[in-house]
Amino acid sequence: MWDNLVNAYSFINIRFLMEGAWVTVQVSVISIVLSSIFGMILGIVRYVRVKILSAVLGFVIDIIRNLPLILIMFFTYFGLPNIGFKPVPFWAAIIALTIFESAMIAEIVRAGIESIPDGQMEGARSNGLTFWQTLRYIIVPQAIQNMIPALVSQFISLVKDTSLATIIVLPDLMNHAQIIYGQNTNYTIPMFIALAVMYFVVCYALSLLSNYFERRLQRNGAVVEEDISEVGTN
Amino acid sequence: MIEIFQNYGDALLRGFGETILCSIIALIFALIIGSGFAILESTPIRWLRIIARAYIELFRNIPLLVITMFFYVVIPMYVLDISGFVAGTIGLILYSSAFIAETVRAGIQSVDTGQMEGARANGLTFWQAMRYIILPQAFRYVLPPLGNQFINLVKNSSVLAFVAGFDLMYQGNVIASDSLQSMSTYMCVGVLYLIITLPLSYYMRYLEHRLS
Repeated sequence: MWDNLVNAYSFINIRFLMEGAWVTVQVSVISIVLSSIFGMILGIVRYVRVKILSAVLGFVIDIIRNLPLILIMFFTYFGLPNIGFKPVPFWAAIIALTIFESAMIAEIVRAGIESIPDGQMEGARSNGLTFWQTLRYIIVPQAIQNMIPALVSQFISLVKDTSLATIIVLPDLMNHAQIIYGQNTNYTIPMFIALAVMYFVVCYALSLLSNYFERRLQRNGAVVEEDISEVGTN
Repeated sequence: MIEIFQNYGDALLRGFGETILCSIIALIFALIIGSGFAILESTPIRWLRIIARAYIELFRNIPLLVITMFFYVVIPMYVLDISGFVAGTIGLILYSSAFIAETVRAGIQSVDTGQMEGARANGLTFWQAMRYIILPQAFRYVLPPLGNQFINLVKNSSVLAFVAGFDLMYQGNVIASDSLQSMSTYMCVGVLYLIITLPLSYYMRYLEHRLS
């Protein structure tokens, strides 16, 4: 048992795991950036209520939010080639994660903006700001502060969800660990320990960050009309 | 799509049934375990709180797939031969119970502390106060977030596809490779998932509105 543990964590294996972890980090960071941008835009469109667009968008977002992420990964990996674009697993995973998380984040953004009391909008408008100026300088800055805990927990699930991309053979941490214990079954337990530790460290650090923001928010007595901490997170 | 339903309807429905079965089993156990840990976290006893916290943080911060694969790969190797369905359901229970514990804890904390103090001052023990005063109030408050956790659970049950759990997603993969029509197959699978999750999610939104 002890031998297995030492051999499993040989330099080569650790380096191989780290290569996988690097892919996981890349996929996570790119997806976080992209889905934050798209989620923000979609959330604002949902809030603004453009006539037909917002309703249609709301329905599409609901559909995406209620589908398993694995299914969306299959769609991007097997479906996109049908319309003439064949992504490698790396980009298929990023596209799938971005689609899914944008929908999640859009809901968080919408709830965050709606949590700002109407008086803020009315006050700003009666002080002569246009609707978009109010949104840009008054509403969104306050809303972002309220959204941060929910956003961070969403990012935590994003990091965890990257592991699902092994099903479309993304060479990430999970996949590399599987390759190692696939070659030598004695390494199974050490590899699961390594997986658990590596994912846990990243996600727990993020959740401590989220707790910190949440506490700071409560201290500042942020203006919240509706509790948004439960939206979306998984 | 209609073609897929005609040719593979049986398999899809079987998968649909397995998904519902595993979700309901997982929900029941996750509710019990999750509420248990939520109560432990609200006790005045410090080491119980630490145990509960450790459990919740552990299973919240490890991917569901890692937990499930552990039960699928490691447990049959050293302990007990369990099927993919069982391994997947255990993984789902552990993972979801951590989230449910977090939700229920938030609910317990949302009940005014005066309730507990009042109950204790009236001679109820901690457990009696929990059972008869706090939990009934907390559960009404946490019903919508619990419903959302159930929706997540149904979606997450698709990891059973990784461990040959014969659920909807797994059947979808089999059909996709058999019929060579991956797009329409996955669309059928998606529709079946939405049949479960979409009405639930609208109902939870309605409940949330009514509560606030």
